[in-house]
Amino acid sequence: MNETAWQGYLRSDGRKGIRNIILVVYTVECASHVAHAIGRDEDDVHVIGFPGCYDNQYAIRMILALGRHPNVGAVLAVGLGCEYTQPAKIAQSVRESGRPADAFFIQENGGTKASIDHGKKIIAHLRAEMNSQAQMVPMSWADLIVGSECGGSDGTSGLAGNPVVGAFFDLLVDRGGSAVFEETVEMIGLRHILDARAASTEAREQLLCAYDKAERYCREVRQYSVAPGNFAGGLTTIEEKSMGAFAKSGSRPIQGAIRVAERPPHNGLWLLDSVPDPHFMQFGYTNPNDTEGIMDLICAGSQIILFVTGRGSVIGSAVSPLIKITGNSITYNRMRDDMDFNAGRILTGEITLQAAAEELASLVQDVASGQQSKPEALGHREYFLMYKHQDTPALDAGCHA
Amino acid sequence: MASQTTAAPPVAFQINASDNVATLLVPAQPGSVTIRGSAGQNQITAQEPIEHGHKIAVKSIAMGESIVKFGVVIGAATCAIREGEWVHLHNCGSRLDERSNAFDVHTGVPEDVRYE
Repeated sequence: MNETAWQGYLRSDGRKGIRNIILVVYTVECASHVAHAIGRDEDDVHVIGFPGCYDNQYAIRMILALGRHPNVGAVLAVGLGCEYTQPAKIAQSVRESGRPADAFFIQENGGTKASIDHGKKIIAHLRAEMNSQAQMVPMSWADLIVGSECGGSDGTSGLAGNPVVGAFFDLLVDRGGSAVFEETVEMIGLRHILDARAASTEAREQLLCAYDKAERYCREVRQYSVAPGNFAGGLTTIEEKSMGAFAKSGSRPIQGAIRVAERPPHNGLWLLDSVPDPHFMQFGYTNPNDTEGIMDLICAGSQIILFVTGRGSVIGSAVSPLIKITGNSITYNRMRDDMDFNAGRILTGEITLQAAAEELASLVQDVASGQQSKPEALGHREYFLMYKHQDTPALDAGCHA
Repeated sequence: MASQTTAAPPVAFQINASDNVATLLVPAQPGSVTIRGSAGQNQITAQEPIEHGHKIAVKSIAMGESIVKFGVVIGAATCAIREGEWVHLHNCGSRLDERSNAFDVHTGVPEDVRYE
């Protein structure tokens, strides 16, 4: 597997994509209907957007990270015409990355129907240009960034689902690739583990600052968490609960902490700090739903997302294919159309953790080579962008100022 | 009754070879339990009834010794624990959360807050 390579799309910044999609971006909720109508019945078009009229630096960084993502080949930004966020500036920034891009305002195009027709024509031009300049090159593990997230968890997630992702992350990192995990607010009690896993002094400083911010966040928003239901279910301490989620990180040294819309500075295993910095509006929410966390991981450049769900979530994602893993064989059999990988076989003794990780690696490789994941084939293209602040200096910013 | 004696023993899953606890995949009664996982497979004897999702000690643990799951310390033994005993709030305390021994061992309901 070390030697294996597949074909990817080379981008001007040297990164390689496993898909070549056109991204339609709307810049306010008022433009969302038109944006989705433009993308309808266009297989290679994904839609994302920001709902707010008032702009937000954090959200704009995310939009640009997605527009210049290695899986994206072209961008169309669609605005209503009176919002703060500027479609033309998004298109300009994407063009500077070597991709074809365009933008327009609905108010300047005669309303809904005319704008949809106009958008469809632009998509056809963008596609022709994108395909004519597509450059296919060999791609291997070292070119891949994989993100991990869990949601709709049950007792099997900490026993099998998350550990198999962790074991795969070890394989990926050993083969020169990159892995990104997040959910720092679910790492409470594991400060000493982060300390011990830090790859360097600088990494240690970043990890501990990110941890301390998450702990302060939990304290201030009173969102701590191990609850009576967890105890009744068999979890004894906050360390044990946190470790169930943290198992996704595997066992290799952590290279440091990146912030949302930043890419890993070099290959290896990275923590993504998605906790908001304290701001004049206080912290705000950290991860209001699973899709928000997934978008953060994709903004870091992840070409593939591994999503662990014991109970059975049915989400997918725009931009990067999501591979769905469950540690619960009953869930796997009940939701077979949605589930890509049954890690429950580890618990029944059918397969070892290591063998399951190898099997997951070949599935990841198949999806990287073009095979659609289950959610991708079902047409899931969920996205979520929201107001958040990660702009404050010094310690609060997680030692990145 | 014959079916009970011939049924396969309940299984507990041990995530990491260095763990001193395993998690029951089904409820267990006193008697034989199969431990499966990274350390291979073997049998131990449950000393008491243990619920599904709860932990069983796979070796004897001295008072103050670390409780290890996922290969990491998840707490410390607050009294001596024998192999095959249930490991939970009554004999395992968090090293961080001061409240961790203040909950009902079966329901998890806090007992340190007064409603009067």
